[in-house]
Amino acid sequence: MTYREALKQALRDVLNHDERTFLMGEDVGRYGGAFAVSKGLLQEYGADRIMDVPLSESGFVGAGIGAAMAGMRPIVEVMTVNFSLLAMDQIVNNAATLHHMSGGQITAPVVIRMGCGIGRQLAAQHSHSWEPLYAHIPGLIVLSAGTHDDARWMLPAAMKCQDPVIIFEYTSMLNLEGVMNESITSVDTRTAKVLRTGTMISVITYGSAVYKCLEAAERLAKEGIDVEVVDLRVLRPLDDETILRSVRKTHRALIVEDAWRSVSISSEISARIMEQAFRDLHAPVQRSCGVEVPIPYPKHLEDASVPQIADIMSAITKEFRHDRV
Amino acid sequence: MHLDPETTRHLLRQMILIRRFEDRSAEMYTKSNIRGFLHLYSGEEAVAVGVMNTLTTEDAILSTYREHGHALARGVDAGSIMSEMFGKQEGCSRGRGGSMHLFSKQHNFYGGNAIVAGHLPVAVGMALAAKKLHTNSIVCCFFGEGAAAEGEFHESMNLAALWQVPLLFVCENNRYAMGTALAFTHARMDIEAKAAAYCIDAEAVDGMDLMAVLEASTRATEKIRSTGRPFLLVCNTYRFRAHSMFDAELYRDKAEVLEWKKRDPITVFQQAAVSSGMIDGPAIKALEDSVDEELQRAVAFSEAGTWEPLDQLTKYTYAEGGRT
Repeated sequence: MTYREALKQALRDVLNHDERTFLMGEDVGRYGGAFAVSKGLLQEYGADRIMDVPLSESGFVGAGIGAAMAGMRPIVEVMTVNFSLLAMDQIVNNAATLHHMSGGQITAPVVIRMGCGIGRQLAAQHSHSWEPLYAHIPGLIVLSAGTHDDARWMLPAAMKCQDPVIIFEYTSMLNLEGVMNESITSVDTRTAKVLRTGTMISVITYGSAVYKCLEAAERLAKEGIDVEVVDLRVLRPLDDETILRSVRKTHRALIVEDAWRSVSISSEISARIMEQAFRDLHAPVQRSCGVEVPIPYPKHLEDASVPQIADIMSAITKEFRHDRV
Repeated sequence: MHLDPETTRHLLRQMILIRRFEDRSAEMYTKSNIRGFLHLYSGEEAVAVGVMNTLTTEDAILSTYREHGHALARGVDAGSIMSEMFGKQEGCSRGRGGSMHLFSKQHNFYGGNAIVAGHLPVAVGMALAAKKLHTNSIVCCFFGEGAAAEGEFHESMNLAALWQVPLLFVCENNRYAMGTALAFTHARMDIEAKAAAYCIDAEAVDGMDLMAVLEASTRATEKIRSTGRPFLLVCNTYRFRAHSMFDAELYRDKAEVLEWKKRDPITVFQQAAVSSGMIDGPAIKALEDSVDEELQRAVAFSEAGTWEPLDQLTKYTYAEGGRT
């Protein structure tokens, strides 16, 4: 099924499971979903459970938080992360802090889904990868659905959390066909996952870079380079254990993300690896990240703004070329 | 509206409790027991007491950083509030919040919110939940006229009306958003007129007059409970003290403050109550003594309170265990 279809099945799953659950977002109902993820759901579940909201990000995200505090289980869809800054105060100063500020009395178990990423020539204001911004905030659970399996199962898992959850979904992957792992019927919201075991280098990644890294690993296997690919899945709190176990085994690390290089997820992981596995490293941690430029419109420039498969392969092979010198 | 002697005593005591609690808080602040920001409610007592007495225990309340009066009128223990401001773990928010973040789930009191207008969308959501869950309760959201300039006010009003949620917006217009007067912040100064843009019913009332607030809030809450629709109640009031302990009040004349003090809600209500025979001098004295005694205990309780152990620092970041 497509990534889109997996997201939709996730929504149907949670709507069927708990009558307190409802979806609220711009154009989720009558329009059929800005990206057709929620197409048909209004007809299936009714207007009480599929709520079209006005263009009021701060208002409706805050309302989702309030509804969660008062016992409902809302799923707030922010059409894309690009519009989420309008709701940043609600997310950071309310959702993320209420439990703490109230001395543990209040919980706000709201799930906020946001489409993100580049790849459709939508230019600077519509192409952001702001996972690092949200991963910075204590009190939030930040998830990244970089695979079809997570597109299907992350939402049901998130709905069980007592804490506010942000789920990043990748608009460039919506039409991508994928084979679902039939043995998976649930996932956790705590661990990273080794998607491909390898012995020579740990490629640590998330989101829209996951499949690119897996493809790079496949191609490099033919050249005798055995790559381990770790899908972070949970950007906050990071699963140090899985990351470090991998790096201690392979002794090399390359972190790959589409987000801008400075002050990114890879900056953080690089620091943690240095702090906790310094003596296991045979080489400095490398990073392959988004170029620090507002995303440009023309395809050739847009493509050059984030790591592509060739860039990832090049970064990995460079790692081993150093040794041979 | 006619009040019986018992209700008269109760309401008067609540206002006196708030006034004296705020005086004590100022004193504790100068002694450095209370730190950070302290925003006192002195002068606005009639609003909190009037509105709160038209709400049930099932109704949810959200307020601003000037919320001590609302919390006290709601029944949150004075010792618990004072301890919170001292930062002690016996405080209503375990000392984690301080003056601006008083929370008490058992009283359905949801803050204590420090971002101006930041709690309005949350209030809309809580009212939406009340509607969906058929709780028959309403949500009451206090904010100042400064908040009515924020986008969140406008978004929240629109959403509340669009979704038809049982929400009482209470705008306490004390005429100054920190140090900036109403005329310098609102193109349209009659805040209640803004409600029409959202098809929300509204009323403005003299916030220095407890009876007026009580009557208006009774009307407003009855309307909300019977129609399920939101309402905006603007209470025109005045804060006798500065915005906070850091404010030198350069923006207003002392003469203006004195003028407003002639309309002190406590004095006005008390005089009317005495005139109508609802209460007498000795009873008032007894009330004041009981308030002083309550506050004495509150301060002693706070001084004897304990500090949360350092190793608990990250305990409340997440509700679920095992996350850091």
